[in-house]
Amino acid sequence: MPTASDTTETTKTASAGPSGTGGTPPGRGTQRGRRKPEFTARRGFLIAAFMAPAAVFVAVFTYYPMIAGSQMAFRNWKLTDLTDTSWVGLKNFRDVFADPAWGTVLSNTGIWVFGSIVPQLVIGFALALWLRRKFRFRGLYQALIFFPWAISGFLIGILFRWMFNSEFGVVNDLLQKAGLIDEPVAWLADPQTAMFAVVVANIWYGVTFFTIMILAALQSIPEELYEAAALDGAGKVRTLFQITIPYIRVTLALTVLLRIIWIFNFPDLIFGMTGGGPNNETHIVTTWMIKITQQGDYGRASALGLIVVATLLVFAVFFLLATREKREVKP
Amino acid sequence: MIGKESTAGRATKFTFLGLWLVFTVFPLYWITITSLKAPGDIFAFPIAYWPEHFSLENYSGLFGKADFGVYLTNSLIVAFVAGAVATAISMLSAYVLARFEFRTKSALLMAALVTQMIPTFIALGPLYLLMTDLNLVDNRLGLILVYVAVCIPFCTVMLRGFFENIPDALEEAAMIDGLSRFGALFRVLLPVMRPGIVAAFIFNFVNCWNELFLSVTLMNSDSNKTVPTALNGFISSFNIDWGSMSAAAVLTILPTMVLFAFASRHIVQGLTAGAVKG
Repeated sequence: MPTASDTTETTKTASAGPSGTGGTPPGRGTQRGRRKPEFTARRGFLIAAFMAPAAVFVAVFTYYPMIAGSQMAFRNWKLTDLTDTSWVGLKNFRDVFADPAWGTVLSNTGIWVFGSIVPQLVIGFALALWLRRKFRFRGLYQALIFFPWAISGFLIGILFRWMFNSEFGVVNDLLQKAGLIDEPVAWLADPQTAMFAVVVANIWYGVTFFTIMILAALQSIPEELYEAAALDGAGKVRTLFQITIPYIRVTLALTVLLRIIWIFNFPDLIFGMTGGGPNNETHIVTTWMIKITQQGDYGRASALGLIVVATLLVFAVFFLLATREKREVKP
Repeated sequence: MIGKESTAGRATKFTFLGLWLVFTVFPLYWITITSLKAPGDIFAFPIAYWPEHFSLENYSGLFGKADFGVYLTNSLIVAFVAGAVATAISMLSAYVLARFEFRTKSALLMAALVTQMIPTFIALGPLYLLMTDLNLVDNRLGLILVYVAVCIPFCTVMLRGFFENIPDALEEAAMIDGLSRFGALFRVLLPVMRPGIVAAFIFNFVNCWNELFLSVTLMNSDSNKTVPTALNGFISSFNIDWGSMSAAAVLTILPTMVLFAFASRHIVQGLTAGAVKG
C-alpha cells in the first residue's frame, strides 16, 4: 500500500517537473514548456540580449544619476561649501516648505497644470470632433496644426516672450487695434498677467496632442453605434455624452494622465518666457528647482525633485485606480 | 458618416478650425517676419505686419558675430547620431516587448514611464560627476550617450505600438522558411516597419535637437555648444537682441518643421499607437 501511494506521488512530481518550467506561473508555462524544453531558455536569452542595450543606457545615464541625486536630498550638499556634505535627515524638505515663496510656487503650479490642461482638453476635443469628417485639405490642416510639436518648450517661451513684449509686442498692438485695450499692457511684468501669458503659450503648444489622440480614438468607434442612436432619436449632445465620450474614455483618461505628468515636469517654456520673473512670481515647482540648482543648493533642489516624483507617482496610481473600473468595462 | 451636417454646423466648424489655424500659425509667421526686418525696423512704430524692406542682416550677423554655423553643426551631429542609435536600440527592446510575455515586462514598462516623471534637474549634478569620471564632459560623444538614454523609453513604447500592428504570422512564416529570428527581424519586419522607424527617428532627432538643460550642463566650451545652448546665451544678458534671436529661432525651428511635415502622418500613428497601448 505505502509503496503504491509513493509511486503515485513520484509520478505526479515527475510529470509536474518538466512542464513547470523554471518559475513561470503554472498554467501559462505548462503549454509552452512542453512544446520544446530548451526553447524557453533560448527565448529567455533572446529577451535578455534584446533588452540589454536599452536597459544599460537607461540604467547608467538616467537611473544611476537620479538615484545618486536623490540621496543628495538628505544631505547638506551646497556647491558653495563642499567640505561638509553630511547627512541632515529631512532638513532640506523642511527648508523647501518653510520658504516664503513656496506658497506662490505651489499655486502657480496648480494654475499652470490645470489652467493648461482644461482648455487643451476642451479645444483638442472640439478640433478632433470637427476633424473627424473628411474634407479637402484635412491632411494639410492636421500637418499644419501639428507644427508646434516640432518646437522646443524653451523656444516657444522665446516666441511668446517676444509677442507679449510690452513695448514692441504684437499682442498689445492687435488688442489695441481691436479696441480691447487702450494702453499697452506690461504682460510679463505683472505676476497675474504673466501667469496668464505662459498658460496661453502652453495651450498653443499642447492642444494638438489631445486632438491627435482623441481623433485616433474617435475613428475606432463603430459607425453602427451612431446609426442606432440616430434611430432612437438621440440628439447631438446626447450622442456625445452617451456614446462618444463613454467609448473613448480609456484614451481620454490616459491622455490626460500623460499630459498632466508632462506639464508638471515642463519647466522649459516658463524658463524661456519669464525665467520665473517678475520677482520669482511665475515659478512652478520645476522652474523653482532650476533656480535653486543655479544657486548651488543641490540638496534642496533634490528634495524638490523627490517631491515632484512622489507627487506624480501618487497621482498616477490614484488616477489609474480611479479610472480602472471604467477602463475594464468595454462599452 | 456621423449624421448629417447642417450648413450652419459646417459654417461654425470651419470658422473655428480657421481661427485655430490662424492662432497656431501666427507665432511662427511673426518670428519669421521679425527676423526678416532690418535690425532697426524691429523696434519701429507702427509695428509692421509686412516689412517694407526685407533684410537678411540678422542672419548674416549670426554667422559673422556668433559662430552659429558651429552650433548648427554640433546640433546636427549630436541629434543625428543620438537619434539613430536610440532608434536602433529601441527597436530591439520594442520588438521583445511587443512579441513576448515575460515576468519583468510590466516592471520594465513602468520603469519607462517613471523616466518621464523624473525632473532632469535631479540628475544633473551626479550626471556631471559621472561624465567627469568618464572624461566625457564638454564632449559631443558624451552628450550623444546621454541623449540616447533620454530617447530610449518613449521611443521603445512608440515602436512597440508599430510592432504590435504587424501580425506575428509574418515573421513566423519567415522563420519556418529557415531564417533565424534575427534574420526574420531584419529582412522581413524592418521593411514593413520603415515608416514607423523613420517616424521614431525623426521624433528622437527633434527631441535631441531641441534639448537645452543637459546640453547647457555638459557642454562648456563655445566650440561644443549646441543651438539651444547658444539661444540660451542670447537671453542671459539683460537685453535680448531680438534681431539675432528671431533669426536664430527661425534657423532652429526650420529643420524640425521640415522633418515633421515630412513624417507627421507616421509620427501621429506612432504617438497614438504607443500611448493608447502603453
